[in-house]
Amino acid sequence: MTFVDKELLRQIADLHQTPKGAYNIRKNGEGIEKQSTANIEIITKTDKPGINIIVKPGTKNESVHIPVIVTESGINDLVYNTFEIGADADVLIVAGCGIHNDGSKKSQHDGIHHFIVGPRARVRYVEKHYGEGEGTGERVLNPQTIIDMAENSWAEMDLIQLRGVDSTKRNTKATLANGAHLVLLEKMLTHDKQVAESSMEINLNGEDAKVQVISRSVAQDDSKQIFYPQVMGNSKCWGHVQCDAIIMGQASVKAIPGITANNADAQLIHEAAIGRIAGDQIIKMMTLGLNETEAEERILQGFLK
Amino acid sequence: MLQLKNIYFSVKDDDNNTLNILTDISYDFADNQFVVITGPNGSGKSTLAKIIMGIEKPTSGQIILDGEDITDYSISDRAKLGIGYGFQHPPRFKGLTVRDLLSTAAGKTIGNDQCYRYLTEVGLCSKDYLDRDVDNSLSGGELKRIEIATILARSLKVSIYDEPEAGIDLWSFTKLTESFKRMHKTQPGLVVIISHQERILDISDQIILLSNGAIKTSGPKAELLPQIIHETKTHCELQKIELEEDVKQNDFCR
Ligand SMILES: Nc1ncnc2c1ncn2[C@@H]1O[C@H](COP(=O)(O)OP(=O)(O)O)[C@@H](O)[C@H]1O
Ligand SMILES: [Mg+2]
Repeated sequence: MTFVDKELLRQIADLHQTPKGAYNIRKNGEGIEKQSTANIEIITKTDKPGINIIVKPGTKNESVHIPVIVTESGINDLVYNTFEIGADADVLIVAGCGIHNDGSKKSQHDGIHHFIVGPRARVRYVEKHYGEGEGTGERVLNPQTIIDMAENSWAEMDLIQLRGVDSTKRNTKATLANGAHLVLLEKMLTHDKQVAESSMEINLNGEDAKVQVISRSVAQDDSKQIFYPQVMGNSKCWGHVQCDAIIMGQASVKAIPGITANNADAQLIHEAAIGRIAGDQIIKMMTLGLNETEAEERILQGFLK
Repeated sequence: MLQLKNIYFSVKDDDNNTLNILTDISYDFADNQFVVITGPNGSGKSTLAKIIMGIEKPTSGQIILDGEDITDYSISDRAKLGIGYGFQHPPRFKGLTVRDLLSTAAGKTIGNDQCYRYLTEVGLCSKDYLDRDVDNSLSGGELKRIEIATILARSLKVSIYDEPEAGIDLWSFTKLTESFKRMHKTQPGLVVIISHQERILDISDQIILLSNGAIKTSGPKAELLPQIIHETKTHCELQKIELEEDVKQNDFCR
């Protein structure tokens, strides 16, 4: 692995060495390293690019790392990954994609992830997107995530994109059965002329299904962001959508949270707030000894933490 | 130690008329003193504090700290010189925890023990506070006390507290007054407190009474406190009479 590879892996997956447990590393459209464990099997798909990650029922405290790196200019990588999380399992999945584009051609990675979360299983999924490189070539990431949650399962999905991705279109769809609980945490920072769009559709089908959508974003310079989280309450269920954005420079942010209740016992709430950093927040930080730039950074760092 | 020389502060209103907010304020603060600034709402107390911190620039006049003219220094520069100001209305920060804020104030990451110590001083004794966000989930009184703790977390030459008693329950207030008293004994530096509370006035060395943007009178506590108490009492009685007359008039109108 080259220095660039290692740096990208560190950025997206906090990986400093070969991960423990099961893993699959994909580079420039091909799997380059793969390891299964006794409880977690990684199988290369035969009908289309991608892998199946099969977690045996009852697997506890294990992790899977499946980072993707793109280091060549002009790559257009499309990959289908299926995660089958067995009943009662409890796992951490770390995904993410880092693009280093020094060339003039567009580099794109579109990950289509399908999660099938078994009864009572617990999954924490962390996906970081990151772009870098000196070239003029665009860095594009269009992830699609489909989540099917069986009864009493629990999932937290941290979807993070901080800097460097020119264009992203994120699509997340979830279906929740009885007692399933989903936490969707989205963190985004765009700058320069970047554009980011995120739509979510969450169907609360089961009794006592519960979802929390928390979106925190910062739009700097001339960047544009659009959020379109939608929650459908089809039973006695609970849903909370919270979109918070800090807008800076000439950026624009649009948030259109939608809640639909198809059942009289559905309890759905949405909140959306967009605003600049308040003057007194900066001043307060400056009275603690920071200069204006440091004050701003400190505030953004907390907001996106 | 800290000198204010002929400070004027005025702003233009919407119709471009000049509003004089502070008029010819001169005062010498001595080191290691505990000075209370008091006076009616709108008399210019917070504005004066902001001028010392550098949040507002005086229209004319000078601010001298230990012989150095700091009138043109930025807020950050003054903070680095050891001036601190606890806001009357502190801002909230989404995502910043109490621990983050205290660490920023201290200028370094500080341990749990140290954080608890500052929070205990202001009457927030639960460990839960450390990881709480300094956002809308805090009550006004909690926010205010965390604000005071950020000043305690810094080693300052000049600490200014703007109505620290606001929104605080009686029990915490007693604790806070004790903390101020102890700090004054054990820590060097000038402490300036903007307050209306007799109990805070009572622990001061010097009192400044502001009225309509000017120093009406100033001097040692022993001299000023009885005078102020007398005046406020008469003031309250006058207000009471006015109020009663209002009520009478209203009755008449109905
Ligand atoms: N920047 C400003 N623009 C207009 N009016 C101001 C400004 N700053 C202060 N004032 C006015 O000056 C007066 C004094 O304010 P302040 O210092 O906050 O009083 P205090 O703290 O004693 O209650 C008030 O009437 C306030 O409205
Ligand atoms: Mg005030």
